[in-house]
Amino acid sequence: MLDNLSLLIQAPLLNIQLLLDGLLIGAIFALAAYGLALVWGVMNVKNLAQGDFVIMGGYIATSFADYGIHPFLALPAAIVLMFGFGWLCYVSIIRRVIGRDIFVSLLATFGLALVLQQALNLIFGSDVQTADAGFQTRFFFGGQVTVADTKFIALVLAGVLAACVVLFMKRSRMGKAIRATAQDARAARVLGVNTDRVYAFTFALNSAICGAAGVLVAMIWVIQPYYGIVHSIRSFIIVVLAGLGNLPGVIFGALFLGSAEQFSAFVFGAEFQVAAVVCILVLVLIYRQIQSARHRQVVK
Amino acid sequence: MKPSVIALYVVIVIAGITAPLVFPNYTFQIAVLWMMILFALTWDIMGGQMGYNSLGNIFFFGAGMYISAVVQIAQFAPVGEYTSAFGAYQVEFTDAQYYTGLGLGIVAAGIGAIFCAVILGACVFGLRGPYFAIGTLGLALAAAELIGGWEWVGGGGGISMPVFPGGPDLRSRFFYYIVFVLAITTFGFLRWLYTTRFGLAINAIRDNESKAEAMGLHTKRYKTAAWSIAAFFLGMVGAVFGNMVGFIEPLEVAFPTVTFGIFMVAMSLLGGKGTLWGPVLGATLFHVIKELTWIYLLGWQWVALGAIIVINVVFFQQGILGWAMDRWPEKFGIVVEPSPGEGRAVGAQEAAQ
Repeated sequence: MLDNLSLLIQAPLLNIQLLLDGLLIGAIFALAAYGLALVWGVMNVKNLAQGDFVIMGGYIATSFADYGIHPFLALPAAIVLMFGFGWLCYVSIIRRVIGRDIFVSLLATFGLALVLQQALNLIFGSDVQTADAGFQTRFFFGGQVTVADTKFIALVLAGVLAACVVLFMKRSRMGKAIRATAQDARAARVLGVNTDRVYAFTFALNSAICGAAGVLVAMIWVIQPYYGIVHSIRSFIIVVLAGLGNLPGVIFGALFLGSAEQFSAFVFGAEFQVAAVVCILVLVLIYRQIQSARHRQVVK
Repeated sequence: MKPSVIALYVVIVIAGITAPLVFPNYTFQIAVLWMMILFALTWDIMGGQMGYNSLGNIFFFGAGMYISAVVQIAQFAPVGEYTSAFGAYQVEFTDAQYYTGLGLGIVAAGIGAIFCAVILGACVFGLRGPYFAIGTLGLALAAAELIGGWEWVGGGGGISMPVFPGGPDLRSRFFYYIVFVLAITTFGFLRWLYTTRFGLAINAIRDNESKAEAMGLHTKRYKTAAWSIAAFFLGMVGAVFGNMVGFIEPLEVAFPTVTFGIFMVAMSLLGGKGTLWGPVLGATLFHVIKELTWIYLLGWQWVALGAIIVINVVFFQQGILGWAMDRWPEKFGIVVEPSPGEGRAVGAQEAAQ
């Protein structure tokens, strides 16, 4: 561990490499986290199946690659398919847990995550897979820092997707209805917003965002049926860190998490990467707890 | 206590004692059933009675398992060498050594789990509602990953437990009775606990924590105590289960968060959380369903179990006992005061039907 740490100090270029990797992967975490914040804020459902939606999107990309179709073309397909899947989930499960005890939504989506993870395992097997996009790798600083072109492209795509979603939320009629429902569902209903449809659309939109993120993850990283829960936890960390309805916070949180993960994986060893993610979650929650305790002191 | 209730207890205890003799091939399965009942009961202390839904109680199960393993081995062999040899390092235990080691291991597991509960409780009890659930889930997942990277206790490769000095029949029956006694003790203890002031206090925390605090209850102390009780029993049963299986490993055996960890929640909900008998009923039913899906839906069993959890949570949240209480409140001693005149009219209508 200390060896790795001193290596980082002696070779500053390694830091750049890790930071770049972290930022590029963090941009994709931001997508899934934004979806979670959306669903959480609008319908107060904490979706623990978030990561499994991501992995599902990833498997759409690998299936395309298996048939010889370029994984980029899987992006629109994943968005459409996952949108439909999200709608289906809403109609069958989520509709019935809105407004109930918060733990119910958590447990219901955890059950959903279990079903998805196991079904994916049965369909695609438990091997680690990746969708090869067939791009080159760029070298900087005389080959000491390498960045694959796919990562850049994934970053650009993630940015474009995020911009589309933000624009949609700001400009379109449905986006306005979603924001109105998030502010006050009852008032929105009084003013003629079909909140049930808004909820369904929000959940489907979240699932589509996750699907798109999954395609990007499959292109630049690896997917496996059981990786879903880690992605869910990443989304939770980012949202808890940033708070709801705070888009810059989500982006910064995601970039921070991505690079923190890369650095801890390098310093402690790759087998501790998941452990690092979960430990960051616990730390973030403790931080929030201290914050809320201070808040309660003020109220006192 | 009514004679019918006493008869029920007697029947259950006799069934528990004779089960491994009548169905010797299913001893392990029935032992797991008792363990499931214990899981559901201990989860319900927090989830049902106190309103703190933990998704990570399985942490104490695994912690107990590892503490007991280390205690059992460390008495007679260097732990690091033993675990790094992956079962090749044979230690000849005499009978007495094995049994004292096991006994000490189980006790240490219970006490160690209490320590863990107190320390972790200080970290997570400020979290409320869903944050608590996610935080505890994080603890359990983190524990599995950290133990998996800790070479001294075998890392991801696990530990082969000391070999039981007796035949396979004796072995399975021996561990069966320990699990059985633990489950019965847990039930009896909780049955008593829920009648005391402590039971009322944790119910008050469930109903309104801020108000309970304002009324002068040290909510944090009660919460820590409740978690410690759950941890104590879970740690001990974890120690026994580790020895019963004979080989422990962090992800699948010691900290199975997405299987046992979520089952204990599902079982309590299925039977009806916040009741004494609900978890027992739910655990029994769930275990039977689980074994049936194992037999008839092999390959898809996990999907089926996940679907059962979803259906249970979404459509049948109050559970079997909760449903029965709504249906026949008078059988549970819940008196619905009829407003004057109305009660008689309803009675007359029922008589007419």
